[in-house]
Amino acid sequence: MHELAITQSMFDIVLKQAERSKAKKVTKINLVIGEMTGVVSDCIQFYMDFLSKGTVAEGVAVSVISVPPTAKCLTCSKAFTVKELEWTCPHCGGASLEITGGKELFVESIEVD
Amino acid sequence: MKIKVLRDILGANEQIARKNRELLEKNKVFAVNIMASPGAGKTSLVLQTIKALRDKVKVGVIEGDISSSIDAQTVGKEGVPVVQINTGGECHLDANMIQNALNNLPLKEIDLLLIENVGNLVCPAEFNLGEHRKVLVASVPEGDDKPHKYPLMFTTVDAVVLNKTDLLPYVKFNTDAFTKAVKGINAKVAIFPVSCTTGNGIPAWSKWLKAQMRPARNK
Repeated sequence: MHELAITQSMFDIVLKQAERSKAKKVTKINLVIGEMTGVVSDCIQFYMDFLSKGTVAEGVAVSVISVPPTAKCLTCSKAFTVKELEWTCPHCGGASLEITGGKELFVESIEVD
Repeated sequence: MKIKVLRDILGANEQIARKNRELLEKNKVFAVNIMASPGAGKTSLVLQTIKALRDKVKVGVIEGDISSSIDAQTVGKEGVPVVQINTGGECHLDANMIQNALNNLPLKEIDLLLIENVGNLVCPAEFNLGEHRKVLVASVPEGDDKPHKYPLMFTTVDAVVLNKTDLLPYVKFNTDAFTKAVKGINAKVAIFPVSCTTGNGIPAWSKWLKAQMRPARNK
């Protein structure tokens, strides 16, 4: 929903890094996005096409590594991946969980020429 | 050539949020970010909280809306300092908007700053504002399945205020299931069933809020 704001922040990070590395062209941006963030990757590519026009990142491909939610059961202590937003432990059925992953939102790397 | 970056996409927001927090601390202001879906009762909770605590602490309000100043006018009638932020389409408040709002508030005359976020259960959960506590207002007519549908929001907050409990006899809502779902993904959260219409449950909520403020106050 707030993909424009997120893409803008991401774009700023990418441009700064490209400048620091004296890159002539940024060809790819690798993002890590937790599924719990609700960020829609297709939208990011769309906004990125728009924001990057006339910059070293024009035409850049956005690649997303999606991280599913993971949790630790506070009853049996086992770790598991939350599938289809079923928030109960698949081992013991416990409903008391500690969320351990799935909220990530960062630029992992960029690929440049 | 591949270059490792490993930078938080919302890092710029985090930086401004930290500055906001410093400014709040300097002025001994305790800030609460109130989030909810549209119509859950954020403004009603702000009004009830002002009424419950105004004799004990000095309250200030930031109202966040996509457009209009209806909420600021409503809250302003209570005689507390209020600033309206119109996000102009943005679905959430961010730290930068709060920084501007803080510059327009008499911080020295405020102990408790209530920040009413834009009505939305998705985006506001991502953006730290520099606040001390995050609170979610859920309401009975929205249904008891919301914790599992909006897990990021429910895992981000320190307290959940369940509003419109006066409608429980008329609406299919299982309070136990709701509480279990919330506690399941956020074991430490405090839950307060209230009705902003009747005032039920407001004393417990405001008592909790005032207790949270203790370290930041004493001007």
